[in-house]
Amino acid sequence: MIKHFLGRIISMIVTLILTSVVVFIIIQLPPGDYAERYAYKLEEAGTAVSEADRQALRAYFGIDRPLYEQYFTWITNIIFHGDFGVSFEYRRPVMDVIGERLGLTTILVIITLILTYGLAIPLGIYSAIKQYSVADYLFSVIAYLGLAIPNFLLALVLLYINITYLGTSVGGLFSAEFVRAPWSFARFMDLLAHLWVPSIILGLAGLGLQMRTMRALMLDEQNKLYVTAARARGLSETKLILKYPARVSINPIVSTLGWELSRVISGAPFVSVVLALPDTGPLYLDALLDQDMYLAGSMLFLMTALTIIGTLVSDLLLAMLDPRIREGGNH
Amino acid sequence: MSNQKWSRFLPKSKNRQKQEENTYFVATQFQLMWWKFRKHHLAVIGMTVLGILLILGIFAEFISPNTPFTRDSKYIIGPPQAIHWIDAQGKFHFRPFVYEAVGNRNPVTFRMTYEDNTVVMIPIRFFVHGDPYKWWGLWKTDIHLFGLAEGSVHLLGSDELGRDLFSRIVYGTRISLSIGVIGVLLSFILGLLLGGISGYTGGWVDNLIQRFTEFVRSIPSLPLWMALSASLPKEWSGLQVYLAVTVILGFLGWTSLARRVRSMLLSLREEDYVMAARIAGCTDGRIIMRHMLPSFLSYLIIDITVAFPNMILGETALSFIGLGLRPPIVSWGVLLQSGQNVRAISMTPWLLSPVIFIVLAVLAFSFVGDGLRDAADPYSR
Repeated sequence: MIKHFLGRIISMIVTLILTSVVVFIIIQLPPGDYAERYAYKLEEAGTAVSEADRQALRAYFGIDRPLYEQYFTWITNIIFHGDFGVSFEYRRPVMDVIGERLGLTTILVIITLILTYGLAIPLGIYSAIKQYSVADYLFSVIAYLGLAIPNFLLALVLLYINITYLGTSVGGLFSAEFVRAPWSFARFMDLLAHLWVPSIILGLAGLGLQMRTMRALMLDEQNKLYVTAARARGLSETKLILKYPARVSINPIVSTLGWELSRVISGAPFVSVVLALPDTGPLYLDALLDQDMYLAGSMLFLMTALTIIGTLVSDLLLAMLDPRIREGGNH
Repeated sequence: MSNQKWSRFLPKSKNRQKQEENTYFVATQFQLMWWKFRKHHLAVIGMTVLGILLILGIFAEFISPNTPFTRDSKYIIGPPQAIHWIDAQGKFHFRPFVYEAVGNRNPVTFRMTYEDNTVVMIPIRFFVHGDPYKWWGLWKTDIHLFGLAEGSVHLLGSDELGRDLFSRIVYGTRISLSIGVIGVLLSFILGLLLGGISGYTGGWVDNLIQRFTEFVRSIPSLPLWMALSASLPKEWSGLQVYLAVTVILGFLGWTSLARRVRSMLLSLREEDYVMAARIAGCTDGRIIMRHMLPSFLSYLIIDITVAFPNMILGETALSFIGLGLRPPIVSWGVLLQSGQNVRAISMTPWLLSPVIFIVLAVLAFSFVGDGLRDAADPYSR
């Protein structure tokens, strides 16, 4: 068990290192650099920028050095000082710029996952027990629609419904009085009250998928002999379902937690851009467009790191649930 | 023979059942699959929808009443025009018609508003002469499926430059579907190649490819796509960007296919019938082509069907936030760009109509995928 997880953690670290290299390369891909862009902005504003000035700008931003040197400075600063470099656009350390936004994204992702699994598992079980009932069909339709409508389009449609029929705005994550307030319990509750809309939008696809999977697995399991045997022993129906087929069916669902996390993190920027949420999404888009390389790179790196760590956590969870994996998978 | 002889004495329904069973036993694998697929009604509907979309894409120039760039200065940001069969007097007309749209400028907001002038009815004509075009750059003609004798009809309204939204969506269908096709093809080739090598050779090569696949999977796809598309040079032409976006989508979508091919190869290698074929003296090539491929080809087709919507959605999402295709090229995502701001959504909701096409396409693909999944195993009844 311990050996298994040591191996996992080592492979996670290797993946993280690889990721950092790939991210750095991707961020370097665009032709031109921030100095070029900055000079362009200055020229637009009416200041003449000579080639020497450009070089000076490059030296100032530290992008005149060879690529590998830049990479090593970046990565050693991350490892030893937790310093992700400086955002060119904001002239502040990347962590300062991302800071609260990253927290918001993390909360959004976690709440989305809780909502997804908290709803998908019971609804899936219910659909399976009451197969072909009205509720079953209703949930199936919702699941298919959730899978078919990409989340940013769902956000658009919800915006439209809100504006035309309800006259309120769903954009933003805080009520007016809390936007600039320091963190407090009241602010946190206010955040939760706003967060469920983007969470549902983000999680609907996953909800649909997990619900369908849970239903299919339950349908397979509930006709097996051990269930009949348990029923014959006179267990109450609720206890029976929860103790036997549901427990078996839950494992494959939990094992996809890592992918689900990846899906949510991957979709989050789009929903945030549409709903204008003050989290990492819009910031990431701007950073990419502005070639603010340390900012964009750090964010892509952090998103990937979140996914990788999340996958590890889901593996741990699965091992806790399933003794076969805990014992090393020799069965 | 004996079957036929006895069947005369059986009750009629049983007789038919017998016949059905006979056809069932002599049916080829493909026939069995088709019967099974046909039973999945949603899949058949999905197939029909895909067929229609495909026709829209192929004959875009002919079906759309305008080119995507024709501006109708008399109808700017106009709402969808309704097609009528019954006129204001309650009289039925066999030929559908639209009312003449009269534009007024709102004195307060300075926005144009359009009203139907129910006196002037303009009949819709079929195979009319309209904007000249070259179909796939081959035939030069100006015949359109439908349109008006003079002026143009806007089934889904028009955008801020007076361009017909329906025409633009039809042209966008071609681009969006073709991105799906090319992207899926690319990831199919890559997946088949890497998965095949991985499953066939095994050992450290397998291990390396597996780690690599896991690594690509662990990077959140959309942010990665965003970063890659943002790195495309700004001065590239629309076509170059189109190709680059397709390649980006294709190169990142192969992972699930590679895993499928690998696991299929690994599990099929141990099957009894493969062993039997080997004992019978079949060559490796024959075993793979004749015995292994048919049994996992259907799964590959399912995976491709499922990968399609991902490609289309990826393109749409990228274009929507302005990182994907760029305006001279029309795709569903590009069309949605104008729906980005809240004001546009509330004032001109018809600009969101590409959403309907996207959702239809994605739903259709997932239903067809479901049907194929059932059909892939035609022996389970």
